[in-house]
Amino acid sequence: MDAKVQIKEKIVVDDIRKSFETRKGTLPVVGGISLNIRDGEFVAIVGPSGCGKSTLMKMLCGFDQPDEGRVLIDGQVRHGPSSKGILISQHGSVFPWLTVQQNLMFGLDGISEAEKAELADHYTAMVGLKGFEKSYSHELSGGMLKRVEIARALVMKPEILYMDEPFSALDALMNLKMRMELLRILEEERHTVLLITHDVEEAVHLADRIVVLSPRPTTIQATFEVNIPHPRKMSSPEAQDLKEAVLKELGL
Amino acid sequence: MKKKSFFAQKRARVIAPAIVLALLIAVWWVVVVTTHSAIFPTPGQVVTGTWELVQDGTLWDHIGSSLMRVGAGFLLAIAVAIPLGLWIGRMDAAWVTLNPLFQLLRPISPIAWIPLAILWFGVGNASPIFLIFIASVFPMIVQTAAGVHTIERRYLRAAENFGVSRAKLYRQVIIPAVLPEIIVGMRITLGVAWLVVVAAEMIALRSGLGYLIMDSRNAGNRYDLVIAAMIIIGIIGLMLDGITRLLERLKSVRWRYGR
Repeated sequence: MDAKVQIKEKIVVDDIRKSFETRKGTLPVVGGISLNIRDGEFVAIVGPSGCGKSTLMKMLCGFDQPDEGRVLIDGQVRHGPSSKGILISQHGSVFPWLTVQQNLMFGLDGISEAEKAELADHYTAMVGLKGFEKSYSHELSGGMLKRVEIARALVMKPEILYMDEPFSALDALMNLKMRMELLRILEEERHTVLLITHDVEEAVHLADRIVVLSPRPTTIQATFEVNIPHPRKMSSPEAQDLKEAVLKELGL
Repeated sequence: MKKKSFFAQKRARVIAPAIVLALLIAVWWVVVVTTHSAIFPTPGQVVTGTWELVQDGTLWDHIGSSLMRVGAGFLLAIAVAIPLGLWIGRMDAAWVTLNPLFQLLRPISPIAWIPLAILWFGVGNASPIFLIFIASVFPMIVQTAAGVHTIERRYLRAAENFGVSRAKLYRQVIIPAVLPEIIVGMRITLGVAWLVVVAAEMIALRSGLGYLIMDSRNAGNRYDLVIAAMIIIGIIGLMLDGITRLLERLKSVRWRYGR
C-alpha cells in the first residue's frame, strides 16, 4: 500500500458553515469549509481581517458548533472542547491570580502535586522562564506571558495546538523570537498545529501548508504546500516567492 | 527634578492632615472658651472624660460589645452572601429572578428595620446583630454576583479547555477571579456595618458605643463623653477600613488593583 494512506487524518473538517443572526438579518460568516489535517502537520490559515477566521477556529476547537457540517478529531465528531486540543488565543488567558507554576499545574490531573510541580517546572524551563515559577503575570512582560501560555498548553501534552493569532500582540522582534522558540519546541515534541494568522510571513516561516481564506462568507480560496526545509531563511528566494504568491491571493 | 525620598513623601502625607486637625481642635477650644458654653465641652474636658472611662474600665466594655456585634453580624452576612452571590452570578435564571428582590431590599435603611428587629428578636444582642446582617448581606451578595459577571470569558474558556472538575473551576478560577470584588465588597460592607451598630445601639441595650452616647446625654448631659464616644467611633471605623485594606495587598489579588 501507499505510505501516504497510512498517515492518518488527525482533523477532518467536513463542509462546515456558520452564520449569525443580526438585526439586519442573517450574516453568513463561514461558507462551507472542508479541510483534512494529518497527524503532526503544521497548517497555517491566513485570511483578510474580519473574514471569519476566529469563528472558524472556535468551531475547530469546539467552543462553537457549526450550523452545518462537522468536525472530526481522530474520526470522532467533535461536540465540545477537550484537553487533547489546547487553544492559545490572541488575548492570552494565563490566570493572573495564579503563579506561573500554578498556571502550568492547573490542567494536570491524576498525578501527585510534586509530580505536577516537576512537570510544570520542566516546561517553564523549556520556554526559557526558569526562575519565574513563582511570579505572577503582572510581574512578566508580554513576551514572557506568551511563553507561559505556550508552556501551559504543552504541559498538557495536547495532540493538537490551536493558535489564534498568538503572536499578533507582540512587537516584531519578539514575534520573530517566539516563532523560533515554537519551532525549537516542536522539534522536541511534535504536535499537530493549527495556526490562524493574518501575518503571511509568520505562516511561511512556520507552516507545512498554508490555507488562504476568502472574504466573508469565507471559503478556502487557495492552498500552498511549503516545501522549504527548516531552518527557513525568510530572505531566501523560495520564501519570498511563496510570500508574494500568498499575498497575491489576498489581493495585494 | 529631584524625586522626593520615600520618607519625605510619607511625612508630607501625615503633616498636612495633622495641621488641619490641630487647627480644628484649636478653633473648637477657642470658640467654647469665648462663648462660655455651659454644656459643650472643651477638647481638654473630652480628654479627661475619656480618661475617666478608661480608668473605670467601661470604655473597653463598650468597644468590645460594639465590635462583637459588628463581627457577628458581618461574618454571618459574609457566610451567606458569598456562596449565594457566586451561585447567582453563575446562574442567569437565579440572577434574573432574585436581583430585583435584592435591589428592592437594598435601599431600605437598616434603621427602618429596627421596629421589626425588636419585634422578632427583642432587645438583646440578637437585634443589632440582625440589623448588621441585613445591612451587610445585600450589598455583599450584589457585589459578589457582579464580580462573577465581570470574569473575562477568555479565562472561563481556558478552564473549559483544560476540562477541569467543577470543584477545581470554583477553587482555582471563579473564586480567585472574584476575590478582588469580594474584598472591595467587604470593605464597603464593614463600613456600613459599623455605621449601623452605633445607630442600633442607641435604641436599647446596656452596652456599646451607641449606648454610651445616648446614656451620657440622658444621664446628666455628659457631652464630653458624647464627643469622646464619637471620636472613638471614628477612630475604630478608620482602623477597620485599614484592616480590610490590608487584604488588598494579598499577592493573589494584586492583579486587579494595578501594580
